[in-house]
Amino acid sequence: MAVDYFYPEYEIVRDPNRCIACRVCERQCANKVHSYDEASGKMVCDDAKCVNCHRCVALCPTRALKIVPSGDTFKSNSNWTDNYMKEIYRQANSGGVLLSSMGNPDNFPVYWDKILINASQVTNPSIDPLREPMETRTFLGKKPTHVKRDSNGRLVPNLEPQLELALPILFGGMSYGAISYNAHECLARAAETIGTFYNTGEGGLHKDFYKYGKNTIVQVASGRFGVHKDYLNAGAAIEIKIGQGAKPGIGGHLPGLKIVGDISQTRMIPMGSDAISPAPHHDIYSIEDLHQLVYSLKEATNYEKPVIVKIAAVHNVAAIASGVARSGADIIAIDGFRGGTGAAPTRIRDNVGIPIELALAAVDQRLREEGIRGNISIICGGSIRNSADVVKAIALGADAVYIATAALLALGCHLCRSCHTGNCNWGIATQKPELVKRLNTDVGTEHLINMLTAWGHEITEMMGGMGINSIEALRGNRLMLRGIGLTDRELAILGIKHAGE
Amino acid sequence: MNINAKAMHFKDLNAKIRECDDSQVVIDNCLGQRYIGTGLNHKDIIINGLPGNALGAYLDGSKIIVNGSTQEATGDTMNEGEIVIYGNAGDATGYAMRGGKIFVRGNSGYRTGIHMKEYQDKIPVIVIGGRVGSFLGEYQAGGVIVVLGIGEAGELPVGYFTGTGMHGGKIFLRSDHEPQGLPPQVICRVATKKDKAAVMGYVSEFCANFGGDPAELLNQKFYLLMPNTANPYKQLYVNN
Repeated sequence: MAVDYFYPEYEIVRDPNRCIACRVCERQCANKVHSYDEASGKMVCDDAKCVNCHRCVALCPTRALKIVPSGDTFKSNSNWTDNYMKEIYRQANSGGVLLSSMGNPDNFPVYWDKILINASQVTNPSIDPLREPMETRTFLGKKPTHVKRDSNGRLVPNLEPQLELALPILFGGMSYGAISYNAHECLARAAETIGTFYNTGEGGLHKDFYKYGKNTIVQVASGRFGVHKDYLNAGAAIEIKIGQGAKPGIGGHLPGLKIVGDISQTRMIPMGSDAISPAPHHDIYSIEDLHQLVYSLKEATNYEKPVIVKIAAVHNVAAIASGVARSGADIIAIDGFRGGTGAAPTRIRDNVGIPIELALAAVDQRLREEGIRGNISIICGGSIRNSADVVKAIALGADAVYIATAALLALGCHLCRSCHTGNCNWGIATQKPELVKRLNTDVGTEHLINMLTAWGHEITEMMGGMGINSIEALRGNRLMLRGIGLTDRELAILGIKHAGE
Repeated sequence: MNINAKAMHFKDLNAKIRECDDSQVVIDNCLGQRYIGTGLNHKDIIINGLPGNALGAYLDGSKIIVNGSTQEATGDTMNEGEIVIYGNAGDATGYAMRGGKIFVRGNSGYRTGIHMKEYQDKIPVIVIGGRVGSFLGEYQAGGVIVVLGIGEAGELPVGYFTGTGMHGGKIFLRSDHEPQGLPPQVICRVATKKDKAAVMGYVSEFCANFGGDPAELLNQKFYLLMPNTANPYKQLYVNN
């Protein structure tokens, strides 16, 4: 039926004077957009298959290609936008739940962009980070409430296990299955070099990557895929995944189609069988139950590893975080509604959850008020896009941040939001060997290291500008932030003043 | 080694078990201590009393014998080994279990065998002597669950919603009555001789532990539940 025909969203513009019909674009496109027409000796393309991933544009040796919006529109309507109309046609045709990838792209407020950072002038001199030592080293874990001494007055060590980070930035959880072997290798190697951590997601840990264990956070989610004693002991910390910012309240289905080869082995399920992570952990219906899982993991690892509980930022996040802080967990990770995903129902991704900025401020405030902020460290994620976002997050109360979309961008992701198709032309969100090998792990690792190194410089520059030489002194230091164009209510929740105040 | 667990905190008890060099540990006066035998291998445990939640979580090869009943989440994410329970088991017995065996002489609670899964030669097995609660084998992705219904006089030995979301593995129910209201992706039929032969070993082990004649039990009517697809959600989505 013609109703579900859409004019292509993108138009591939090929400059005939530049194109030399070398067929690179054809070889590079897993979506089979480009082809060579023998009769005319020219390249032709089917724009309808294009996802705008820019692989062909980036590799065209003569810069003959660009991708532009095709400009085809339905009759203009602010209520029934083109997207809403197309989604109905798709569902009318299929009866399916709309499936999307990566973070919520809609036009919601980005509070990071409405917060400004302070700098010193005259009275409190700024510091030059190139000349003076700056401390960005961060420890995540419970902080002791008292100093313990023995009868001779000597200190008795009573520090709970900590994660030590050179920078307050970790790579967020992305499973082997959602992303490729090569992408995982890049994350692991970069984490090792920089002195931080990457996160397995819930797909288990590939046997080749056990050697990066001291820079690995292993995840335990409701499906318990690949979870066994060696796995738990392989990492530096264990993360219990309760929720994810892109899809709070629902589980995950990795289709059997993607359970091939190593993925099947790493998840420890048969090839071709769906990997279903139920929406809840079926042994966790309360904070007391969460406490039980936290302690069973601590028992399994002899109390040597911090346990992280990752939740999605939702309406009552402050109260939930208070419960998590009392569950015995060492670290809470909060994932905002802009967080990425390899696949999520569109409606959930675009409508469920709250912005990380508000969630983070509310949680930090609540834990302080209850006097339990030291019980737990806070990692926030869900769209940290640059070093300024990191500085603002730390000043709002985070101990560290998770980055994942930013890390994938450093590996070559162009945010075409088509991860769920498994045809990632950049070798990241795919398991097809011919695509995976496109991601050169040496180059990818170097790119990640470059990005984190650059962010590190920028963070110390901003800290120095504020006259702060230790990340500890920035944490929760909301006086260093001002809002711009925010309502009183928003300022109150963020716990910051308006610019000019 | 014998441990008197009376009024002992679970942390102390479990540290003692971990540190002990003996190949067998006997725990007396056990009362509610959680996480006993977590991730344990190379060491067997005999428990006299009532262990708490998450007994044998991530168990990795040890044998645990319970002269009494267990509470919730026995054998949570168990990898290998054996748990033998002379009394009843609580809810979520064998949650996400991926290897080893659990034998319960009496009954087991809700969500028994939830999200059990198998991989290659690792096939988890749960055999329940009596009856089980609702949601037996929910999300089951592999492994074998046998409910013998001993003492149930041929009545169906399960609660409601058996096999919800099941997409792998097998459930055997000894019953004269076919379970009703099963989800559409679960096939139910009377077990054949060949079907029964596949679980003969497990039922024999059950009887070796608790008594009874495996051949006589298996001679009676069993229903076999299996999923008709490994991909229950294949048709659910449309790319957007």
